[in-house]
Amino acid sequence: MTRKQKRLSVIIGGLAFLAAATGLTFYALGQKASYFYMPGDLASATVQPRQRIRLGGLVEKGTIQRGQGATVAFSVTDTQKSVKVTYTGILPDLFREEQGVITEGSFGPNGVFVADSVLAKHDERYMPKEVADGLKAKGVWQESKK
Amino acid sequence: MVEIGHFALVLAFALALVQTIVPLIGARVGNQRMMAVAAPVAVTGFAMTALSFAALATAYAVSDFSLQTVWENSQSLQPLIFKITGAWGNHEGSMLLWVLILTFFGALVALFGANLPATLKANVLAVQGLIGAAFFLFILITSNPFTRLNPAPIEGRDLNPILQDFGLAVHPPLLYLGYVGFSVCFSFSVAALIDGRIDASWARWVRPWTLVAWMFLTGGIAVGSYWAYYELGWGGFWFWDPVENASFMPWLSGTALLHSAIVMEKRSALKIWTLLLAILTFSLSLLGTFLVRSGVLTSVHAFATDPTRGIFILCILIFFIGGSLALFAWRASTLTAGGLFHPISREGALVLNNLFLTTAAATVLIGTLYPLLLEAVSSDKISVGPPFFNLTFGPLMVPLLVMVPFGPLLAWKRGDIAAVAQRLMAAFAAALLASIITAFFIDGASAFAIVGVGLAFWLIFGALTDLAVKSGFGNVAVSAMFRRLVGLPRSMFGTAFAHMGLGLTVLGLVGTLSFGTEKILSMHTGETVELSGHTVRFAGLFPDKGPNYTEQRARFELLGVDGKTIGAIDTAKRFYPVRQMTTTESGIKTIALSQLYISLGDEGTDGSVVVRLWWKPLVTLIWLGALVMMAGAAASLMDRRLRVGAPSRRLAKSNATPAASAP
Repeated sequence: MTRKQKRLSVIIGGLAFLAAATGLTFYALGQKASYFYMPGDLASATVQPRQRIRLGGLVEKGTIQRGQGATVAFSVTDTQKSVKVTYTGILPDLFREEQGVITEGSFGPNGVFVADSVLAKHDERYMPKEVADGLKAKGVWQESKK
Repeated sequence: MVEIGHFALVLAFALALVQTIVPLIGARVGNQRMMAVAAPVAVTGFAMTALSFAALATAYAVSDFSLQTVWENSQSLQPLIFKITGAWGNHEGSMLLWVLILTFFGALVALFGANLPATLKANVLAVQGLIGAAFFLFILITSNPFTRLNPAPIEGRDLNPILQDFGLAVHPPLLYLGYVGFSVCFSFSVAALIDGRIDASWARWVRPWTLVAWMFLTGGIAVGSYWAYYELGWGGFWFWDPVENASFMPWLSGTALLHSAIVMEKRSALKIWTLLLAILTFSLSLLGTFLVRSGVLTSVHAFATDPTRGIFILCILIFFIGGSLALFAWRASTLTAGGLFHPISREGALVLNNLFLTTAAATVLIGTLYPLLLEAVSSDKISVGPPFFNLTFGPLMVPLLVMVPFGPLLAWKRGDIAAVAQRLMAAFAAALLASIITAFFIDGASAFAIVGVGLAFWLIFGALTDLAVKSGFGNVAVSAMFRRLVGLPRSMFGTAFAHMGLGLTVLGLVGTLSFGTEKILSMHTGETVELSGHTVRFAGLFPDKGPNYTEQRARFELLGVDGKTIGAIDTAKRFYPVRQMTTTESGIKTIALSQLYISLGDEGTDGSVVVRLWWKPLVTLIWLGALVMMAGAAASLMDRRLRVGAPSRRLAKSNATPAASAP
């Protein structure tokens, strides 16, 4: 091989590698990213059972039930619609009634959302950004309290 | 004192402007006196920033609630250490720490760069001054830490309880030393572009700065990871969270820079690439600052964010990244290309390293920014989490880790891959043995575990092989070998340590992720639970009180085989009344290199508590490995070449680094 051919093959090899990495990245984005929904969005969205999503909203007042052992059930609401969620594990310290929360998991066959992680932001305003934006879009929450 | 601090900050801004303009013009017209202004101004600027920072820290220490940030982030009952560390536990103070470290590095360049060529030094300090000026302006306009409250409140609102921890004293300063340390490499690159001149001695000046920044960034990330691990109480040490990614991207490209700078220094090849990498690394640091400080992202670690400041940092970001890249596009062609090399050579191996590391950094960048872009163009909100990174980042790392031991053993210019493979036979045998033992003697070993353990041992023994080969193992007598080993350049130990540390970290990751166990259950007092061969008894709840919190402490006893107590683990729920916030203090017991981790949940109505227990085998190796990597960087920094007069052209010529060339 001449020097020129060598250089060309190195460049082609590098580009092929980058193309493979890019392909994998976009495949992974399509497959592994999870969408965020508020309870009210679910009617119009097509969410398959067992598809991983993030469900956010406020923890509805009076719905927290501690069941057997470490399983907890509660409802997440956007003040118009609500969805029942179950979670096994330790809830974050900032988890409480009428505060913003993001749960991640998927719908079980009975329509109950089974979360495997629950996030409540550790900020004094207790409002995850997605939830705040969603509530503002629905006109039920203003950024008034500081 | 507060007013002095405020005044010093304004003065520092003015000095940064002087530091930018005067030397830049001086270098342009060749005026020695104008260029000589840079160094003393840089040192004075650092002194002013330090004074300003000291004023803020003092205000925090004495709880001066007439300052808005002190009122928002401190309280008189806090222990003194958390009062002081609280100074950078908020946006304003943390930005002040950022510029403090920036001016600190500027002053270091001014003091230790005595034998830099005058124009290069002037340009470097000018660019450093320009970055400083931008951030001083940002602080003064949008986030002034010296804003007063009138009338002054009597009591403060307390520091976020999660931040009331020793981790806050260590993590941000280390992380910033790393982040901001790369600004020096950036300034050197931009200065070289302005000068239109770059040579091997340029790499000699840049490499130690890269090493310093990289060492601190490694430490900062490791401390941050351990802090999140014990403080958040989730048992996780890395969440692929945007804020974590923000610090990980500069680390990846900084690691690439570290390696390409070696090629440039030794072989004067890859010049333009190294320069670009230095610019990109600091750009990623700036991007990280933007992501963390602007509040555009939801993160488990986001504290004190404010979207209105985002625009300002975004402008700084666009100015520096866009400006430097435009300068690069314009001037890079004037730089001369470097030496040629065969694809199979040390240079070739380092190029591959760079290809993988920068691609990995790009993957993390896409995963971090894609949700933002998608939300901007559509209303879809997505989150990109661990599944994405496992699928993209993982496959990139495996081949890279396989190649690591080959690199240092290959000769420069043209290497013999067969000979290197032969030398690595022992390391390969050790790795294979480790894999076989994992596969057959440990229950439930997955393919990931088998490959992972093999890779970790491959890295560790590969690093040892490197040292053994270079000290002449098998060719010379033992005593001569030992003498040679001691006489090896420190940078070789640096390489070996860094690669060994990487192996240890991999081993810790694989051990924890594949052999860790966990249980969630509700326990009554006196009940016992068994986890991976460890019996733990719940001894009961004890209420307790701290200076600014009350706590419900749960005591667990670790039982030996005979049923006797051999250790206690305390975990607690703390309640901070000022912020009405509860935190979980996890209980951790280190047993050899592994840890038993207990986190306390809610109390049930019947007096039971929800408890989550983890057994985390070899987990400490994740962070010990990072320490070993830092030791590697430190060893490399102590190398004779860098310690004694390396940055002088005269010495560089006479001492053509004979020891460092391959065997």
